[in-house]
Amino acid sequence: MNAPAATRYAEAFGQLDTAAAPPWLAALRTAALAEFNALGFPTTRNEDWHFTSVTPIADRTFRNATSTGAPTAAEILALTVGDASWPRAVFVNGQCDPTLSTLGALTTAGVRVSTLTAAIKDTPEFVADHLGKLATFSAQAFTAFNTAFAQDGLVVHVPRSLVVDLPLHIIHVADAQAAGCMLHPRLLVVAEPLSQFNIVESFVSLNGTEYFTNAVAEISVGDGARLHHHKVQRESTEAFHVGTVQVSQGRNSLFHSFSYASGAALSRTNIYTRLLGEAAETRLNGLYLVDGTQHADHQTWVEHIAPSCASRELYKGILDGHAHGVFNGKVFVDPEAQKTDGKQSNHVLLLSPTARVDAKPQLEIFADDVKCTHGSTVGRLDELALFYMKSRGIGDENSRALLTYAFAADVLETVELDALRNGLERIAFERFTHSTQL
Amino acid sequence: MLTIDNLHANAGDKAILKGISLTVNAGEVHAIMGPNGSGKSTLAQVIAGHPGFEVTKGSITYVGQDLLEMDPEVRAQQGVFLAFQYPVEIPGVTNAYFLRSAYNELRKAHGKEEMDPMEFLDLMEQKLKVVDMDPAMLQRSVNAGFSGGEKKRNEILQMAVLEPKLAILDETDSGLDIDALRVVAGGVNALKRPDNATIVVTHYQRLLNHIVPDFVHVLAGGKIVKSGGKELALELEAKGYDWLVGTA
Repeated sequence: MNAPAATRYAEAFGQLDTAAAPPWLAALRTAALAEFNALGFPTTRNEDWHFTSVTPIADRTFRNATSTGAPTAAEILALTVGDASWPRAVFVNGQCDPTLSTLGALTTAGVRVSTLTAAIKDTPEFVADHLGKLATFSAQAFTAFNTAFAQDGLVVHVPRSLVVDLPLHIIHVADAQAAGCMLHPRLLVVAEPLSQFNIVESFVSLNGTEYFTNAVAEISVGDGARLHHHKVQRESTEAFHVGTVQVSQGRNSLFHSFSYASGAALSRTNIYTRLLGEAAETRLNGLYLVDGTQHADHQTWVEHIAPSCASRELYKGILDGHAHGVFNGKVFVDPEAQKTDGKQSNHVLLLSPTARVDAKPQLEIFADDVKCTHGSTVGRLDELALFYMKSRGIGDENSRALLTYAFAADVLETVELDALRNGLERIAFERFTHSTQL
Repeated sequence: MLTIDNLHANAGDKAILKGISLTVNAGEVHAIMGPNGSGKSTLAQVIAGHPGFEVTKGSITYVGQDLLEMDPEVRAQQGVFLAFQYPVEIPGVTNAYFLRSAYNELRKAHGKEEMDPMEFLDLMEQKLKVVDMDPAMLQRSVNAGFSGGEKKRNEILQMAVLEPKLAILDETDSGLDIDALRVVAGGVNALKRPDNATIVVTHYQRLLNHIVPDFVHVLAGGKIVKSGGKELALELEAKGYDWLVGTA
C-alpha cells in the first residue's frame, strides 16, 4: 500500500514557487492542502464515487510540471475543434504561454482576461473576492488538491451589460514533457449582470503520454447574464482527467454547459450549478464517446435554491469495446424553490456487449409545487429505424453507422457555436462512419 | 413482376397472413383494402422485409427472383419501395444526407458512380417539385418534428428519388387533409410508368379517386376474400366491409 497522499505530495507542495503569493492566497493554499491531506483520494465507498475508482490516480505520485517542449500554435490548433481565429489563451503543461495566446480582440471588446498570476498582481482584491469562493474545497478532495497546487490559470471578468459574440478559447495542452506530471489549471469567470459571453475550454494532448489533469473552473453568472461554457475533453488516452465546473447563477440568468468527453483513460467531469436567483435557467448537455478500456464519468448537480427556476439536462453516451460510462445526475430542490421546472435525460448506446454503463438519476425534492422529471435509457440501435434505412437501400453497416452518428448529433445540436458544433459533428461522423464527407 | 403464392406470416406466435396469393404485373396499380387488423399493413411490410415478421409458408417471387431470400436493403436496391404508414424520425441525419446515401447505394448496386453533393442538389431541385416541397426541408433531420402531411410527402419524395419498380404505399392517405392527399397522389401518378407497378394499401376509398387502381383486393382475416376492378372500391365505400368479412 502506498503512503498517504499527505506524505507523498508534501515535497511537491514545497517545490511550488509561492514567493509572489499574497498572504490570503498562501493561507488558502495551505488550508486546501490540509483538507486534501485529511480527505485523501475518494474511494468507491464514497457515494459520489461509487462507480468510479480513482485507484490509478491514487496509486501514482505525480510531479509538478516544470518544462514544456515549446509546441507551436499550428501544432496546437491542429488538435483543437472550433475556429482558429477565436481569441485564445493557451496553457502548455499548466502554464500560460503568452506567445501562443491571442487575446487582443477580447480586450478591445472590453472583456478583462488575464492569467491568474497577473491578476493576483494587478487586481488582487478582485481575485481575493472570488477565488475559491464558489469552488469550495470542503469535502472535495480534487478541488482541494487543485486549490493547493494551482500555479496558473485564467481570470475572466465580463463587465456589466457587455455582450460579446466572440468566444474565448482556453486551450490546455499537454506535451511530451507532461509525462508523469500533474496539471492543476484554474479558471475564474465573473460575468456581471446582463452580460453575455461564450467560453470554450479544450483539453488536448500532443503525445499519448500519461499525466493527470485536475481542472477547476468557478463561474459566477450575474443577474440577467447569459454564459455558455463548453468543455471539450480530448486528452491522451493514457491520461487521467478530473474536471470540476462550479457555477452560481443570479436572477434571470442563463448558464449553458456543454461537456464533450472522448479522451483520457479515466475521466470524471463534475458540473455543479446553484440557482440562487429567481427565474434562472440552466441547460446542461453532454456527450461522451469512449471505447477500449476507457472510463468516462459525469456527475451533474443542480441545486434549485430560488423559486421559478428551470433546469434542462440532456446527456448521451456511446460506449464501445470494454468502455465504462457513468452518469450521475443530482437535482436538489430547496423547500423555498417552488415552481421549479426540472427535466433530466440520459441516453446511452452500447455498441459492444462488453461495454458497461451505470446511470443514476438522483432527485431530492423538498418543495411541493414543482415539476421534476428524469428519463434514462440504455440500449442498442432502434430496430425500426434500422429497417427504415435499409428499406431505402442503405446497407446494414452503413445504416448502423449513420444511426450511431445520429444518436450523437442529436445532442451536438445543442451547441450554439457553429464552428464548435460543426467540428464536433465532423469528429463524430468520422468516428462512426469512417468517412469524411458529412 | 411480383408473384405472391400462398403466403403465411407470423408476428411472434400470432398468425397474421394466412395464405395470400397475388400477381402484380408491370404497369398495374393494385389496391389492397380491408378492415383494421386484416393484415394489409403486414403484407406491405413483409414484402419490404420487415424483421418483425416471420414467413412460415409460401413464396414471393419478384422479377424472377426469390424475394424472401433478399435482405431489406437488397430488395430496395432491386427496386422495391415501401412508403411507411408511420415514417421513422431520425434526429441528427439531414434529409439531404439520407436521400443522397440511399441514392448512391442504389447507384453502387447497379455499378454506377456515386453522385457528388452538388450534382445531387440539382437532381433534388427537380424531385422536390413532384411533391411541392420546400427545399429547406432537405436541411432538416429526417422526419424529425415533421407534421403528418410533411412525413407522407417526404416518403413520396424518397420514392421520386429512388424511382422504384415496385412501390407499395402503406396507408399513405391516413392523416392527410384533402390538399395534402392531392399533392401526394399527384406525386405518385407523376412517377407512374409502364414498366413499374404500384400497390396501394388503404382503408378508405378516397385515395383511389386520385390514384385509380386497375385491381382491388379485399383482405380480411389474413386472406384475400374478394378481388375485382376499381368499381369494387366504390361498392366497399357504400356497403362497408361487414358483408365480406363473414366469408373469411
